Parts: sequence; structure tokens; C-alpha cells
Amino acid sequence: MIIGSERNKKWAWFNEIFEGVLLAYDVNILDKNGKILCGIHPYFGVKLKAKLLLFSPKPNMLVEGKVVRLTQASIHVIVLGFSSAIITDQDIREEFNYTTKYGEEVFASRSHKWHVIKVGTMIRFLVKSFDEEILHISGSLIPARTGSIRWLDKKSKNVCLADSSTTKRREVEGKSEMQDNETVGAAVSSVSNDHQIKKSKKRRWIYKQAIHLVNDTRNLQQLCYSLVWTDVITTQFPVISLT
Amino acid sequence: MGMELPKDHAESHEMEDVNISDLELVYHVREALTSVQSGDNDNYNQLVAVMHLSGRLDPDNRALLETSLKALSGAVSYIDISHHESLLVSIFGMSMWNYDPDIMDALKGLIISLAASSGKYVDSCLTMLVGNFTPPSYFLDKLKEPHGLERKHQVLSRVHAALKSIFDLVPLAPMRLLPIVVQRMPTVHNKHERLKLIVVYTENMLKLESSAMGELVRSTLLMAVVDRLIDLDMEIGWDDILHDDFSKGIFEMELEDVEEAADDAEQVGDELPSGSISRKSLSGNLIAELLDSLLVLTFEHLESCEGTGRLIEVFEILLQSFQITVLNAYKSKFAQFVMFYACALDPENCGLRFATMLADVFVSGLYPPLTRMSSVSYLASYLSRARFLSPCFIVSLLKRLVDWCLEYCNIPGGNINPKAHRVFYSGCQAIMYVLCFRMRSIMDVPRLKSQLLLMPLETVLKHNLNPLKVCLPSVVSEFLQQSKAARLFTVSETFIFNDLLESELSRDFGGLERLDMFFPFDPCLLKKSDSFIRPNFIYWSMVKTAYHGDEEDNSDEDVDEDNGDHVMVDGMGRSPDEQDLDLDEFEYSLNKMSITPKNSFSCRLDGELRQPMKMPSRIRPSTSPESL
Repeated sequence: MIIGSERNKKWAWFNEIFEGVLLAYDVNILDKNGKILCGIHPYFGVKLKAKLLLFSPKPNMLVEGKVVRLTQASIHVIVLGFSSAIITDQDIREEFNYTTKYGEEVFASRSHKWHVIKVGTMIRFLVKSFDEEILHISGSLIPARTGSIRWLDKKSKNVCLADSSTTKRREVEGKSEMQDNETVGAAVSSVSNDHQIKKSKKRRWIYKQAIHLVNDTRNLQQLCYSLVWTDVITTQFPVISLT
Repeated sequence: MGMELPKDHAESHEMEDVNISDLELVYHVREALTSVQSGDNDNYNQLVAVMHLSGRLDPDNRALLETSLKALSGAVSYIDISHHESLLVSIFGMSMWNYDPDIMDALKGLIISLAASSGKYVDSCLTMLVGNFTPPSYFLDKLKEPHGLERKHQVLSRVHAALKSIFDLVPLAPMRLLPIVVQRMPTVHNKHERLKLIVVYTENMLKLESSAMGELVRSTLLMAVVDRLIDLDMEIGWDDILHDDFSKGIFEMELEDVEEAADDAEQVGDELPSGSISRKSLSGNLIAELLDSLLVLTFEHLESCEGTGRLIEVFEILLQSFQITVLNAYKSKFAQFVMFYACALDPENCGLRFATMLADVFVSGLYPPLTRMSSVSYLASYLSRARFLSPCFIVSLLKRLVDWCLEYCNIPGGNINPKAHRVFYSGCQAIMYVLCFRMRSIMDVPRLKSQLLLMPLETVLKHNLNPLKVCLPSVVSEFLQQSKAARLFTVSETFIFNDLLESELSRDFGGLERLDMFFPFDPCLLKKSDSFIRPNFIYWSMVKTAYHGDEEDNSDEDVDEDNGDHVMVDGMGRSPDEQDLDLDEFEYSLNKMSITPKNSFSCRLDGELRQPMKMPSRIRPSTSPESL
């Protein structure tokens, strides 16, 4: 479970056992007695329980990242500072036009004046495929719920205010999202109902805990560096627990 | 997706005409690519043919190639790894060195787009760029010309810009890049044509180390560079250095270098005097020249690291590499000067760190004896030769060595046994060797003098283990001479060495590896490298020994010059002018610190000593047959 470290020469980013990139873990050692394992001295077995935070994008999931390059033919995104993504022009919906504004290349929405995607924009996009070896995502901006995160969040907030009902409506939207099989961020365990995705303060709290875990874990110093500088704070991931 | 430009922006109107034609080209290429799957290969084959354009191109072909590359950049998502194999092969086979800057830019753009489009192409793109680290073989000689240098700058700046861009778009690219760079590095097992590329290649590696991805690749790349230095070092046999001309000793050559430096401090890298032995014989040696160039490249890189405040972190990696590679490569002749120069650039941090590490290895029982002996040999040579080290620090390290030796002596039941106590003897020899160089400078500082006098040197050196008898006679005799003059201590027993360089006992403790005669920081024989080292280096002739007063310093050089002329005559190196002086003292001073190892070689082959040996100033590992 070691995150890439050039010094250790272990660039084992994608963990095949957990089918994802391990971002953080919280370990509870259940039994302080270690069992001697015959044949593989000096190793011994320790029983433990761990909560793992994994990055494991699957097709049709929504992922968020920062635009780092934009051309007429493609948008290049970095997710969590270590995963690259590309959205080709074939996967950008008609709503968006490639243009230049104030000397800068952008994809601007025809329908909504303020919905603009340019270098530095945090966007939400759909996963089409994921190359585990190089952690490269092929993405799509076809669905209506994709685009600039700031604009999408503002839009949903305006919708909520206009409707005059509050949390109950958000929960309903959250559940309907689940029904559409669109999940935000990493893989969600279907075992536990406690970890359903919710656009709520609870999710933000969970994410903050995850970041806290990451910062506490020495082994993830390299990753911490990546997390910090990629302005990922607004991204939200549920926590998965494995028993 | 359409393209509409705001009507109220004038410049966008200008762009419109240009962009439409670019867009048309992109669509045309996309069509050519997609039509392959339906069996229509004509346009595709034309595209592949354009990629093969090379050599001196007329303007039309140049424009065609450039626009095709640009159009392909916009169509990379349509490239299929199996259907468009020939196109990919031709793209990855292109060398930027063959083209003008405009085409270089277009090719660079295509490679970046390709690498960022899919994980499948990342390795191939990186391999293509690494392949462009070095020019085609026909271009190698042109690198020395202005036109060649300009082309090199044009290519390498674009190659590294492309790598940076790929890194920005694909954060894991450095992980893929590292094995490619290391595997493609020219090695000593390659033919000379390929090996000659190693300097340019290493230049690129060091550029990567300084780049944005440096933090991720630094350790591996620097270690690979040091490994290559050692490999080349190993290829230079001691026979390449030794020369048939016995008429001049190494000490004399060293003296001439010092005189040159003293005459004109700005002259660096001058032509060597014709009497130079070893450099002359090395000059025609390709490996030596390559190693010399590589060392200079490394030195310059260290200078730039120092300038940007990165020297300490680079040094830590070099230190690690030194411990793993250089320390145990006992035949290393020049590679260790990388450490020397890094220390010279930052004496207070790197300089002290290096010496402390060497001392730590010596005193630690965790390391094998050979490693410990090698380490203390490096330490002794370093403390003696590094001009930038303070006497105060040297005394503190000497104390560590003496304390360790004393502790060793306190183990009961020790008697003279060169093999069993070889680590101890190597420690004692190191202490004596350092004091041969530094005694005077230490005694000149009252505080340090008292520290030295307080050290239990006498207890250690007069112990039953009898290091004075076992250690290298030339070192012991010089040390005793200086100790006596400095009133450090005196020995009642007369050690008669007959100007022996080495003895049976010293050979025993040195072992097959001859670590008794290993002084790795003896003057560097590589011309260009030495010009960097020289200002920081102590030559024996610069040393004020304890038995010379100030007024005799100038006569030292004359004495040493005469020394050379008399080497072959009577082997005692005496000049008639010195007969009025204390013959015992002058015998030592004349024979101080210079040897002709070939004598040792020939003497050993003959089975008996023919000529007396002199104090080693430039000692190389023994060339006795069993050690070769």
C-alpha cells in the first residue's frame, strides 16, 4: 500500500488488490498480539481493520479536476494532482464553442454567458474509460451535469433558492442522482448504506476528515504534496470502509 | 461543436481566415485516418510519405511537412495504435536534429499532443524524445562547430520543453521516463561510436535533474551518472597511466604543476610540460577523455546547483551513491573527485559531511573490514589534500580516529598481526598520513597543538600491535621525522626502512586489494578535471613540514627539483650541496612524498628491490601481479 515515491523506487500508484489508488487510510489494530507466520520469517501477521480512501474512477462516474491545457481539439485535465484526463472535441457537447476571449482560448457556452471553461477552471466531467497503468482518464462533457463546477454549483444553488424548500429537496436530488447511477468521485461501497453520496455538509465534513487522514499519514507525503498544490479542496469524495 | 467568434473583436476576424484553413487541414487528416479502417489508404499513405521527408528539403516540402505535423496534432484522437502503425513508426523515428526549427516546433507539438491523448503512447513519445538527446552519428563531429552548437541548443531546448509539457499534462510521466533514460544511456559495452555520445547524453540527464520534475528523478539519474563514471574509471587500467619513462618521478611532475599554478594563478588547463608522465599516456585514451569530459560536466553542474541553492540535496544523493558504488570500487582513480569538488564548493556543509560520513563508516562495526579500510583511506587522503578544511576540524576527526584506535588497543591480548588487525593498522596509517601533511599547520595554532599533544598517540603507536612496524614504511618514516621535529613524541627504537615504500608487513595488512597503498585523492591525472580541482588541492610540495623552518621553504623546491635528476643515479636523491647539512634529515626531505610506482612494479616482478622507494605523494594501488 505504498504511494509512489521515487526514493523507494515503488511507484505502485494503482493498487490491484483494492482496485484503486490509495489516498488515505485509518488503521485500527484489533489485536496487539502478532502471529508468527511460518516460512516467511521475520514477518508476522497483525489483525487490523482499516478505512481506506480510494481513487477508482469507473465509466459513467463523475470526476472533478483542473483544466491545464485547452485547444480546439481537446481539453486536458489533472485530477487530484496525479491523474491525467483528456476530453476530445468529439466528447464536448454542442453547447460549448471553442473561441478566444481576451486573448485566451476558452470553451464558452452558447446558452449561458457565464459558463466558461478555460485553463485553471475546475470542471466536472464524466469518465468514459480509465487506464490504470498510467492513471489516464478519457472523459466527456456531453452530459448536462458536466462543466465548470463553480457554474454548476451556483446553478443548483439558485434552483434550490428559487424552489424555497431546503435540505429535503437536496436529499431528493441526491437520491435521484444515485438512481441515475452517476456518482461523484471514487467508487462507493454498495455494502454500507451509510456512505451514500449526499450534496450536503456531511459530505464536505467527510472529505475534510479524509484530507486530515492524508496529512497525518507519513507514507503519503508525496501525495500530500500533490493534493495540496492542485487546489482540490472543493472536490468531494466519500469514504469507504472495508471490514 | 462549432466555432463562432464574437463579432465585436477585431482580431478574431483576422484569425477566422487562418483558423478555417488550419481546421480544414485537421479535418482532412482526420478523414485520412478514419478511412483506413474502410480500406481507403491513399490519403493515409501520402501522409506517411510526408513523415519520411528528410534531408535538405525545398521550401514546399518543408511547408508540407510542417503543416502535416500541425494538422496531425489536432487529429491525435483519431490515431489508432494498430491501424496506423506505420504512421506512428515514422513519427517516432523522426530526429529533430535533421530539421529546421519550425519543423522541430511542429514535431514537438505533435509528440506532446500524442502523449497527452492516451496512455498507450506515453512510453513511445518519451522514448522518441530521449532518442533526441543525442544527434545522429554523422552530426557528432559537427557539435564542436558553431553551427552544430546552435543546432544542439535548438534541439535540446525543444526536447526538454516537450518533456516539461508532458509532465504538466501527465503527472506520472517521470515514472515512465526514468527507466527509459537509464536504459538508453550509452555504456562502456557499446561500440565507441555510441560511447562517444555519453557526454551529450549525460548533459541531458543533468538538465532533467535541474528541471521541474527534478525532485522526482534526481536520485535515480545522479546515481546512474556516478555509476557511469565508475564504469569508465574501471576501464582505465593502471597500465594506461604508467609510463616507460622512469626518469621523472611523480613528485616532480606534481611540482611542475604547482609551479605553473604559482606563476600564473589564472592559467587553468595549460598544456602540460613535456615531462609529464601519466597525462601524456592518457591523452590518447578515448575512455580517459570521455571520463575527463564527464567529470567536467558534473563539476559544472555542481556549480550551478550551488548557485541555485540545491547543492546540499544533490550532495546527499551523491553521498549515498558514493557509499554504495565508489567506496567499494577500490580501483577508482578519478570518479571520487566528484565528491571532492562538491565539498570544495561548500566546505562547511558538504565538506564536513563527507569527512564525518567516512569516519562513521570506519568506526562502525556494521560494515565489512574492507569497506572500513577503504573508508579510512579516503578519509586520510581527503583530510590531507583538501585545502578548504580547517585544521580545527581535522584535529577533531583525528581525535575520533585516535580514540577508536585506543579503544581497540585496550582489547586485551593484541599482538602484531597484520591480517587480523588490518582495520586497526589502516586507522593508524591514516592518522600518520594526515599528520604528515597537517602537523605543522596544527602545531602552529596553540589551542590545536595542545589538543594534539593530549591525544594518546604514543599509547596507540607504541602498543604491542606495533603499527609503526606494520604500516607503510614511507609514511611511518616521514611521520616519525616530523614528530621528532615537532616534539610530539620520540621513539627509542630505530626504524630502519632503507627508504622502502612498502614492506612485507604492510602488504599483509593491505591485503590483495592493497589498501595499504590506497590514497584516492592523489593528484588527478585528468587534465580538464584537474583544473577544477587544483585551486582546492594541497600538493605535497606546498606542505610546510614540521622539520623545515620558514627560511628553508624556498629551498624545498630546489631540493625537490634536484631530487628528480638524482633518482636514477644513485637512488638516494642527494645533491652535493646538502652535504653540509644533517644528512639524516635531508635524506628524508629529499625522499619525501614521491614515488615512482613503476619501480615498485618492476622491482616486484624481479623479486627484489633495486632502487629505494620514496615517500608516496602520489601512490597508486600496487601493481603487483596478484592485485591486477
